[in-house]
Amino acid sequence: MRVLAAMSGGVDSAVAAARMVDAGHDVTGVHLALSANPQSFRSGARGCCTLEDSRDARRAADVMGIPFYIWDLAERFRADVVEDFVAEYAAGRTPNPCLRCNEKIKFSAVLERALALGFDAVCTGHYARIVDGPQGRELHRAVDPDKDQSYVLGVLTTEQLRHAIFPLGDTPKSDIRDEAERRDLAVARKPDSHDICFIADGDTAGFLRGQLGDAPGDVVDTSGEVIGEHDGTYGFTIGQRKGLKIGRPADDGKPRYVLDISPVDRRVTVGPREELAVDEVVGTAPRWCGPEPVGMLECSAQFRAHGAAAPARAELVDGALTVWFEAPQEGVAPGQAIVLYDGERVIGSATIDSTAARAASPA
Amino acid sequence: MSERRTYLDHAATSPILPEVIEVVAEAMAILGNPSSLHAAGRQARKLVEESRETVAASLGARPSEVVFTSGGTEADNLAVKGLYWSRRAADPRRVRILASAVEHHAVMDTVQWLGDAQGADVEWLPVDRTGRLQVDALRESISRDPGSVALVTVMWANNEVGTLQPVGEIAAVAHEHGIPVHSDAVQAVGQLPVDFSSCGLDTVTVSGHKLGGPIGVGALLVRREIELTPVQHGGGQERDVRSGTLDAPSFAGFATAVEAATRDIAGHAAQLRRLRDALVDGVRAAVPEAVPNGDPAASLPGIAHFSFPGCEGDSLLLLLDAAGIHCSTGSACSVGVSRPSHVLLAMGIDEDVARGSLRFSMGRTTTRPDVDAVAEAIGPAVERARAAGLSGAALRR
Repeated sequence: MRVLAAMSGGVDSAVAAARMVDAGHDVTGVHLALSANPQSFRSGARGCCTLEDSRDARRAADVMGIPFYIWDLAERFRADVVEDFVAEYAAGRTPNPCLRCNEKIKFSAVLERALALGFDAVCTGHYARIVDGPQGRELHRAVDPDKDQSYVLGVLTTEQLRHAIFPLGDTPKSDIRDEAERRDLAVARKPDSHDICFIADGDTAGFLRGQLGDAPGDVVDTSGEVIGEHDGTYGFTIGQRKGLKIGRPADDGKPRYVLDISPVDRRVTVGPREELAVDEVVGTAPRWCGPEPVGMLECSAQFRAHGAAAPARAELVDGALTVWFEAPQEGVAPGQAIVLYDGERVIGSATIDSTAARAASPA
Repeated sequence: MSERRTYLDHAATSPILPEVIEVVAEAMAILGNPSSLHAAGRQARKLVEESRETVAASLGARPSEVVFTSGGTEADNLAVKGLYWSRRAADPRRVRILASAVEHHAVMDTVQWLGDAQGADVEWLPVDRTGRLQVDALRESISRDPGSVALVTVMWANNEVGTLQPVGEIAAVAHEHGIPVHSDAVQAVGQLPVDFSSCGLDTVTVSGHKLGGPIGVGALLVRREIELTPVQHGGGQERDVRSGTLDAPSFAGFATAVEAATRDIAGHAAQLRRLRDALVDGVRAAVPEAVPNGDPAASLPGIAHFSFPGCEGDSLLLLLDAAGIHCSTGSACSVGVSRPSHVLLAMGIDEDVARGSLRFSMGRTTTRPDVDAVAEAIGPAVERARAAGLSGAALRR
């Protein structure tokens, strides 16, 4: 098979590519240049967009003796991922850019180009498993629960999975580093990337301020009383507790959390933890890994990258996915994906549009 | 992966001549710093000076006009910075640098740095559709204020599309006002006659590895009356403008290569031209929409450059590489991210078309089967690359 290995410059994608070479495939490495103005060196342990990362990827490809190229996808990445990220925050939502990148860049732009160029598949260092099921290819959680990335791949369709290979899904992360060392890959002890690759210094609020400008407004409690100020609603996420800059403690002395973000009137509502609880989520733009479900689904649902899936029921009606949690959940942020699982298997996903607490709904 | 390797990237680097390897290996065994006064030093110095004489004789220069460097980039830096600083030191009004818009990065980035960091007033002179400098623009620019021009720099032949520049005419125009002219002749030497004494230029860059010599050695030919401010200070070697222990083995290898490359230049150029014409015919037969770039009449005989509308150059490169054919997108690559070539953009070629361009460059080892391999592989590669380009366009919508 002719395999295009996406190589970020990190240890995971390097080992994934090496495993494909070992399996006897004809492998070509590609580093995706996603930033128009890459930094020279990694600042701290984040990102995959620096010149150093592209050199690390190239060095790994040279060690395994495969051709290596850099594909410039900066323009696509800006249009499909960065602009979406900024627009979502501007709308008071909390996007997941990794998921968007997998959907629009890695398993769309890159995959389609690879197929057109005569490759049979794209391989990445994601931790997830692809399993052949009765209805076609299925996406399953990785065996290493701490590294499982099926959530950020939950947007992939069966068709996309048909041409995807995740060689690391069956291996714990710790083994991958040892394997990289055995393979003489210099990236064996390179730190994992964190956070958002296009925000080099990790200061998301600062990045958004640069994009959206200052937009000061009020922090209010649930009664509407103004109890503080903020520089822009984009600095907040539902469920956030830190950095609220509230002048005085709550009457009950308990911490307060962001309950609602309203960019239109620049208002951030905070309140006690109990009010974070929601048990109903409505998601839009659903994507199914397999046939579209009919009727009520018994499943579990995960609503952030690093979180457990909670038992739920879900139903698709007129393109909108409604999910009811068995037990109330906290910190469900619009803009994030809600990914539905049947045990280990990903059923599909949607973008969270709104949430509700059953007690609060009059019906 | 194809078994046969077709190397058509001589403009990037050329295969080293076997006699060069021999000369360098032998010279490396000789002990002695050429600047030492004892017998060992004298022996090493003999090698250096013989090499200098060989280079000078091959290029129509006097031995004292040959300044050895670590290669083309260093020679360009020395010429451009050295001329700028010495001319400005002699007269502070001289702050303008006139350069063609299609210079190699070794010149372009040096000039730009002088503009950004040293207060130079940089003017990029336009080229026509073939990449040839418009001498009228140069004349006009100089006559606006001749006393303020520090130097003019225009390459001998373009490294991407192969177009020759009217360097003699350029030198004549500049010399009317006593302005020195530098030219990067890295691609020209070995493909065309280069005679320093009659070309009219004041400094000329030559590189070893583009003509069968070692990487890491080259020379700047500097007319005797030209003063350069040194870029690299130290022991005062090389007319006091290029300090550093003299690298006798590299100079000897370089001299051997220059001598070989300039021998029977007319016959070699004719052979390259035949191969180039066959390649152009082969590519156009397979891909009628392919557009040859450059000047068919006045260009390096060994370069064929095409735009393939609807294709990404990167895709073509990947596909041809997999088919065993080594060529280049001809654009500036620092870490492999391709940007549309400044040369093609200066020629007025549209950005999308510029991205879909390839350079095939030939040299002494190129054969007819190399050309045939391209003619055979290019059709399917373009078809695939076009499909890949279109898939991108479809997604963009």
